[in-house]
Amino acid sequence: MADFGNFCLLLALCLSLYALIASLTGASLNRRRIVSSGERAALAASAAAVLAFGALLYLMLADDFATSHVANNSSRSLPLLYKISAIWGGHDGSMLLWVFFTALLSGLVIVQNRRRYRDMMPWVVAVLMVNLAFFLALNLFLSNPFDQLVRISPDGATAPFVPADGRGLNPLLQYWAMVIHPPILYVGFIGFVVPFAFAVAALVTRQQGSAWVRIVRRWTLGVWLLLGVGIILGGKWAYVVLGWGGYWGWDPVENASLMPWLVSTAFLHSIVVQERRGMLKVWNVILVLLTYLLGIFGTFLTRSGIVNSVHAFADSNLGRFFVYYMAFVLAGTLLLLADRQPYLRSERRLDSMLSRESAFLFNNLVLVAACFAVFWGTMFPALSEWIRGTQISVGPLFFDKINVPIGLLLLLLTGIGPLIAWHRTSAAALKKAFFRPAAFGLLALAGLLIGGLRNFYVTVCLTLCAFVLATIVQEFAEGALVRMRQHGERFPAALGRLVLGNTRRYGGYIVHLGVVLMFVGFAGNAFNREATLHLKTGETGRVGDYALTLADFRQGREALYEYGRAVIEVTRNGRPAGTLTPEKRIFDSGGQTTTTVGLRSTPKEDLYVVFTGITGDAFEIKAHVNPLVFWLWLGSGILVLGTLLTLWNWKRSNRPREAVR
Amino acid sequence: MGAGKKFWVGGLIIVAALGWLGFVGFQESKAYYITVDEFSSLRGEYAGKRLKLAGDVVEGSIDRSRPQMEFVISSPRSSIRVRYTGADIIPDTFTDGSKALVEGTVAPDGVFEARRIEAKCASKYEAEYDERTS
Repeated sequence: MADFGNFCLLLALCLSLYALIASLTGASLNRRRIVSSGERAALAASAAAVLAFGALLYLMLADDFATSHVANNSSRSLPLLYKISAIWGGHDGSMLLWVFFTALLSGLVIVQNRRRYRDMMPWVVAVLMVNLAFFLALNLFLSNPFDQLVRISPDGATAPFVPADGRGLNPLLQYWAMVIHPPILYVGFIGFVVPFAFAVAALVTRQQGSAWVRIVRRWTLGVWLLLGVGIILGGKWAYVVLGWGGYWGWDPVENASLMPWLVSTAFLHSIVVQERRGMLKVWNVILVLLTYLLGIFGTFLTRSGIVNSVHAFADSNLGRFFVYYMAFVLAGTLLLLADRQPYLRSERRLDSMLSRESAFLFNNLVLVAACFAVFWGTMFPALSEWIRGTQISVGPLFFDKINVPIGLLLLLLTGIGPLIAWHRTSAAALKKAFFRPAAFGLLALAGLLIGGLRNFYVTVCLTLCAFVLATIVQEFAEGALVRMRQHGERFPAALGRLVLGNTRRYGGYIVHLGVVLMFVGFAGNAFNREATLHLKTGETGRVGDYALTLADFRQGREALYEYGRAVIEVTRNGRPAGTLTPEKRIFDSGGQTTTTVGLRSTPKEDLYVVFTGITGDAFEIKAHVNPLVFWLWLGSGILVLGTLLTLWNWKRSNRPREAVR
Repeated sequence: MGAGKKFWVGGLIIVAALGWLGFVGFQESKAYYITVDEFSSLRGEYAGKRLKLAGDVVEGSIDRSRPQMEFVISSPRSSIRVRYTGADIIPDTFTDGSKALVEGTVAPDGVFEARRIEAKCASKYEAEYDERTS
């Protein structure tokens, strides 16, 4: 089966190269049959790559420990679900997961669009195949998941080697979010190849009109959603499983996923300016290019080890090829862009600072600045080593210093942007739109100051949250009131029809609402408290309003691990508030330990308790009180729902019209 | 002044302000990232500076009996004693023999006072069949 997997990879590579050549030749010679042949080869290449993934899946499920990747990441006793997720629990397999998703997406795009966009498709296929071939080649030649274990005897002879059992999956990865987090994040990284392919094709064929803009935007939105969900699940995992009390630490791997998200967010906003006003065409192509490159760069960062360990660059043979590939894509696209400049000329100029265009421009500026800051901070160790020979790393403080004000600026723009008109806005219109939200914001500010809040950033943040919330409520209420007057509908019906009648606009507002709630969650960070308690059984320690009593300590074993469990009775201001049971687990395979957090979550604050070990004769308990974290998860959920609403209607309203053609 | 120009001026002000914040944050949080070997050979040069030392946790050296945990990390040629003074919990990946990254400064008594410990990241968990792999 491993040979079959290798064969599939090789076949897919050959087919994708053929599809690339056929598409380019067919398009240049304008020969429909050659183009079709290329499309079919591309579909076959995708199918072969999917089969290769199937082969690894089979090896995993069959406990084929002769295969190195299976032996290193799985074991007989592993539950079925984790046997599957063990495919992406290690490096080689996760690269194959990449290929799998790239192939699936490429196939889907070709099947969906080959009749709709005849002129663009050969170029779309060509870009998709370059991308697929690159990852296939990496998988086949540099990180092959089908490698077999061999035993090397002292005289140098080699013989196949089959261990009795595998090493098992890293216990830290045995958690539900870790099963779905990598696949979702990967689709979020590689999915951007589709908008990129369409942007390149539109440039090459000098597309007129906005048909291609629509497909690029829809794909970007879908992929942006998955990337966002992936990031949030990663944060949830860090919060619940790693046990350090937070969900985000500006780790290079986290930053790698944030960068494409920031740039694609910028794109989703600025593409609206292109649709409505015919401006920013060059800029939008650059954003699509950057998003795609940052997705590739994210893989490169997580896979090459360039920033995680000292001098890792030298021993990573993979990194070099990523750099070549990114340089090739960047140079190629910029050359194409330079050549197509006349076609991309802006149709209008910016007329006024008080216009929606200008709000979008500032949004873009700030998002790209955030991405640049994150890039700089993440890459600084590598850059400083390259230039000066010593790695200098920057801490979370650097990222917070820049990104907190950027976040607040964005929040402000979230409130302003939707309320001001395109082109230019009169002073009277401004006053009408902003009077109530601004008043509400100021009221909230007064309340916060009277309530004793003195932290500058938090006060600004919560004031802005109130302001933006009021703008969103005002938009919904005004729209619904108009409908009630015109159609004589009741308020709930008017509101429902309003939203369903323009899901793009109101879905967007719901996304903004989610963002506002997430910022409330971020603001809570400033008030995090923590205490390290050393308790003997029966003793009580305090953190914030809570008293924690160590009622019992239990030890025992489960199928795969031994555990030590602290049973902690919690009271809040003297009233009982439940029992928490944080655990420490020691896994049989490899002696790896994991932490299970005891968590009591309320809208006001989380009580987060970790059992860290035994010091002397006392049990060490780390207790955190993290205010408002609840709102972060709630806000993320609303953000997802809003995006789904926005996506849902596009399909219904756009597909039939285009299919007729 | 046209709106386009105004946008660029406003943008420049924002970017300059962010740049300044970045510079301040950088100065306050930068740390030199070196191995234990490099540290030992250039001890004087790094006195008082914030460092990130990379090395392997020496088997059996982790001492949790003191109020502040101590352990030894080593590179092939040299080693240094580390005292953990941070508040964050020690990552689960931190065990005997794991690769660790400690951030902090050297205390007057020659022990490295670490405020942060990172141990080899879970996403790069690769085991030791390697020597037998083809």
